[in-house]
Parts: sequence; C-alpha cells; structure tokens
Amino acid sequence: MYEFDWSSIPGALPFLWDGMKISLEITLTAVVIGIVWGTLLAMMRLSSLKPLALFAAGYVNLFRAVPLVMVLLWFFLIVPKFIEQLFGLPPGTDLRLTSAMIGFALFESAYYSEIIRAGIQSVPKGQMAACSALGMTYGQAMRLVILPQAFRNMVPLLLTQAIILFQDTSLVYVSALADFFGAAYKVGDRDGRLVELLLFAGAVYFVICFAASTVVKRLQKKFHPA
Amino acid sequence: MIKISNVSKNYGAFDVLKDCSTTVQKGEVVVVCGPSGSGKSTLIKCVNGLEPFQSGEIIVDGTSVGDPKTNLSKLRSRVGMVFQHFELFPHMSITENLAIAQIKVLGRKQDEAMDKGLKLLDRVGLKAHAHKFPGQLSGGQQQRVAIARALAMDPICMLFDEPTSALDPEMINEVLDVMTELAQEGMTMMCVTHEMGFAKRVANRVIFMDHGRIVEDDSKEAFFANPRSERAQQFLAKILHH
Amino acid sequence: MNYQWHWGVFLQPSASGDDTYLGWMLSGLKMTIALSLSAWVLALALGALIGVLRTAPNKWLAGFATAYVELFRNIPLLVQLFIWYFVLPELLPESIGNAYKQSNPMLQQFLASMICLALFTSARVAEQVRAGINSLPKGQKNAGLALGFTLPQTYRFVILPMAFRLVVPPLTSEFLNIFKNSAVCSTIGLLELAAQGRQLVDYTAQPYESFIAVTVAYLLINVTVMFLMRKVEHRVAVPGYLGGK
Repeated sequence: MYEFDWSSIPGALPFLWDGMKISLEITLTAVVIGIVWGTLLAMMRLSSLKPLALFAAGYVNLFRAVPLVMVLLWFFLIVPKFIEQLFGLPPGTDLRLTSAMIGFALFESAYYSEIIRAGIQSVPKGQMAACSALGMTYGQAMRLVILPQAFRNMVPLLLTQAIILFQDTSLVYVSALADFFGAAYKVGDRDGRLVELLLFAGAVYFVICFAASTVVKRLQKKFHPA
Repeated sequence: MIKISNVSKNYGAFDVLKDCSTTVQKGEVVVVCGPSGSGKSTLIKCVNGLEPFQSGEIIVDGTSVGDPKTNLSKLRSRVGMVFQHFELFPHMSITENLAIAQIKVLGRKQDEAMDKGLKLLDRVGLKAHAHKFPGQLSGGQQQRVAIARALAMDPICMLFDEPTSALDPEMINEVLDVMTELAQEGMTMMCVTHEMGFAKRVANRVIFMDHGRIVEDDSKEAFFANPRSERAQQFLAKILHH
Repeated sequence: MNYQWHWGVFLQPSASGDDTYLGWMLSGLKMTIALSLSAWVLALALGALIGVLRTAPNKWLAGFATAYVELFRNIPLLVQLFIWYFVLPELLPESIGNAYKQSNPMLQQFLASMICLALFTSARVAEQVRAGINSLPKGQKNAGLALGFTLPQTYRFVILPMAFRLVVPPLTSEFLNIFKNSAVCSTIGLLELAAQGRQLVDYTAQPYESFIAVTVAYLLINVTVMFLMRKVEHRVAVPGYLGGK
C-alpha cells in the first residue's frame, strides 16, 4: 500500500500562498476586463450596425469554439514578442503573467458577453420603448435603465463564471508559471511527493470553489426567491 | 367503496387536513367543493395515496391506503384519476397514451389494449384524433382523452381533481357532458369541482371544505336548499352569481 | 513584423520521417475525436444515472448523487486529470499498480484522459438531466403513479422520455465542451490535436500556419457537432410541443 507523507506541505505553504496570489490576480483581472469588454461585445452584437454586430459575433464564436489551453499556449508564444517590440523591452523579459492575464481576459470576455447578452435580452422590450418614448438616446437607455436591470439578473451567473474562471487559471501550468497549482506541482516534483501535493491542491480548490458556489446559491435565492 | 376516517395531514405547523371523515358508496357521485386552499385537492389525492397523510385511515374497496404493506401501484391501477392539467404524456400519440398503462401495468396484449383504447376514444367522441399527439389537441379534447385513459383501466371508481378549471369556458361543457354520462351509467365518482350546475345535475352528495375541515357533508338537495354554515352560504353566493 | 508565410509546410515530410506534418495534424484530430467520443458515451450513461438519483426520494441516494456532482464540479479539470494520471496508479494495490505502470504509456495517457473527461462531464450532464426532470410538471409523475405505474416505471415511461428530449439543447453545449476540454489532456503528453499543433511549432517554426490549422480543425468539429445535435433535436421533437410541429 502507498504510504502517505504530508511533511513537505507545511514548509511549502508560503510558496503555495504566493502561487494562490497569482491565481487570484489572474482571476480578478480577467473578471474585470472580461465583464467590461464582454458588455461592449454584447452591446455591439445587439446593435443595429451590421459590421459591429458581425465583428462581435465572430469574436465570440471563435473564442467559444477553441479550447482555452490552446489559446493560452498561443498567447505565450505570440504576446511576449509582440509586447517586447511594442514597448522596446529587452528580449527575454518575463511576460508570462501579463500574457496569461491578456489571454484569460480576451477568452473569458467571449463567455461573459454571452451571459450579458442573455441578461439584456431578458429585460422586457417595453422598457426600451418606454425609454424612447421619454426621449432618451440608445446610450442613455442602456446605461440608466436596461443594463442596471440586466446586471441584477445576471449577478449569480457572472459569479458562477468567475468560479469556473478561477478553476481554469490552473491551466497556466502550460507556461510553467507558478500559480497555485503550478507551485503545488513544483513542490511535489521536487520532494518526490506528487501524490500528496496533487491531492492537497485538489482539496484546496474544492474547499474554495464549493464555499464560493454555496454563497452564490444563497445570493441567487435572495435575488430570485422561488 | 371509499371510506375516509379521521384523516389529518400537516406540513410542519400548517394543517392541510384536519380530522376529515366521509364515505362514498358504490355508484354514488360525490362533489367536493370549497374555496382554494381549503384542502379539497389534497383530500382527493390522499384517496389513491398520491399524498401521504399522518393520521387517520382511508379504505378503498377493502384496502387500506395508508398501510405501508399495501401495494399502492396495484390499488392505483384500479382507481381512475383525472387531473386539472390533463397530464397526458406529450411524447406519446393519443393511442399510445391510452394503451401504455394497460400493457405495462395490467399486462394486456398490445391489440387488446389498442382496441379498448379506441373504443373509449370513440365514446368520448375523439376517434378521428387517435394518431395525433396531445400537443395537437385543444384543452377540452385533451381532458376527454385523459378520462378515456383512466377508463381504459376498468376502474372501480373515478377521482376528478378540478377537471375543468384549466379549460377555456367554451370547452368546459364537452368535458362535463362526458362526466355526466359516466355518472348516469352508475360509475362511483368523487369530483373536486366548482361546477355547481354539474353538482346539481348528477351529484348524490356535496362535501364543502374550508381550512382543511369538512364543514358540510350533505345530500345535494339539502346543501343547495339550505347550507348550514355561513362559509358555505358565502361560497355559494359568490359562485352562483358568477 | 516580417513573417514568412509558408503553407507548404504541411506537405513536407515530418521530423519522424515517415509522415508529413499534415499527417501529424490528422492523427491529432483522430485522437481528439476518439477520446472525446468514448468519454462522451460514458459521461452520458453516468450522467443520466446520477441525474436521476439526484431526484430520488431516498435521501441517501440523492445525497450521494449531490456529493458526486459537487466533487467533480469544484475541482479544476487539470487537477482531476493529474490525479487520475499520477496519483491513482500509486494508490492501487501494488501488483495492479505496477502492471498498469508498465503498460503502454499511450494507453495509460488515453485511459486516464478518458476516465477524467467522462467523470468531469458526467457531473455536468447529471445537472442538466436533473434540471430537465424538475422542469416537467409535477402532475406528470402523479399521472404515471395514478395509472398504477411503480416509481421506476413512471421514470421509464413518463418522466425520462420527456426529460431527455428537453436536455438535448443544453447537452449540445456539453458535447462541444468535451472536445474543447480534451485539449487539456495534452498536458500529460497525449498527442491530440492541440499537442500536435504545438509540436508543429517546435519543429517547423511556422507558428501561425499551425495555429490557424488547429483552430480551423476545432471550428470544423464545432460545426459538425452542432449539425448532428440539431438533427437529433428534430428527430426527437414532440408534435405540438417544444419546437415540434
């Protein structure tokens, strides 16, 4: 039988915590940019300007059709070179975290845009008509009336997507960036205790995500008491 | 045929049924009425064990419904039930709806079940729609199919749970006509309904419920001529001047 | 940027000598499809079972099913994959574990990937099946019971046939997801589509061609899956109900 030895974990906790900070940083950046860019994409997609709507539809469908791992891989290959040239940075600057953030943000905004589009469409059409009747412009109507209602309906979904995103940050493993999972893997590999470290990482993710989704479920009940 | 003795049911502190007792004799038609939330639907669902109850006893044709040893499926196959929202099975054609329980529950042969189903479909005036699906029929037609589906099991009695309250007004009579005919043929029936015209035409007895209690249980003549309780009087006044 | 486009690269003999780079891509595509389809079949069967259990009146069964769903939904796919691939063989009884570790590495990668994707996806399928069952009017179950069906019969003849029809559209997106998620298996060395794309970059130094080719392949998978699922949707449509005529 396998003999467990958990002794490498306590000493590694500061390193693991640093990793967790990177995971959270990526999650937070991607959520914020994702929601902002996603909202713009959703509005473009619903707008009557054909080129805008087409661009948004193409963007969203393309990103939703390809695997996140592949997008991340490509961002690690392409974005660093691009940024180096753009800002005249010396070659070899560590841009893995920046590329990861950009990759996640652009990828997730496609998913956020779909949630937001559904949210906007869930606001009754009469609301827009009422705004027009009051003499508001399209922008005013969106900002003052439609989006506030849409976001209220969407909060649980946006948060659920954030939990999924947090889980997905583990995929930066492909760039050897030491996020929480990467850190756990490195420690396990170094000490020959991969079994324990992987199980520990799984347990930590489970506790965080389970707790977060329980909170979201509570919120959902509060927003939409059945 | 149906004997309900001192049945009570509660969800936590809320009493749904309080000490209800009544009987339905063979061949009798009993109408159960009362304001919404009075427990009448719950009571009728207790009769075939769709709703469990905490105390009291219900005996249907000699079988105790609340007894854990009772084979409820077997009992239910002998008691027909018609629901407010028809509850035909949308993924099956009308003939399949009529045949499935005969085949799977009673073990009848496919042909026999189809024959029986079609005969009953003819009886409710819908033979021409045999090949259609429930979603392609009007509400009134669906409810008539649902009655035929229940009759196909050769039930010893029939339970109706507000069979017309989900129907558009112009479709109510086609369903009541089928029910009236059934009553006149001597079927034992327990009907939760607000259709007082139907009650006056065919009921033997009327039960009035309020807040989970059976407030009146009287012959139809006595009930309509002179309801004893104030609640029943108010209820009748509202419903008859509708 | 002065990038030299060179689409002919796909027809060049590959570094292994016995194939072209296009051949690499196609073998990756085949692996992605084989892995995703086999995992999908398992995920559907398991997911249906767990989804039904979640609606069971028995508290223990329903509790077990809930725990199953929560477990597989709240741990990242990559972590699950590594646990199947690196941890499980260690925890098996020694004789079985050793035999397994000495088997063909490709077989090990494939099995771990298939089990991982199947269980991960089954939890999502189960949630859809449960939602489908719960969205049916409660009266349907009562109507089945009132006709004398037992509870299992009511599920089999009344509830499940409708619930499965209702979940076809949400399952389409899970079906698409399993193809995309299969790319995660490149991390344990399985040579599926994304991994072959990456190999191509290393060997040919033509990243853009390889990137575009892989993207197109995923787009084709997407279009095919959506087309097939739409066929299924039409096939099971109920007349007079939900998209039926």
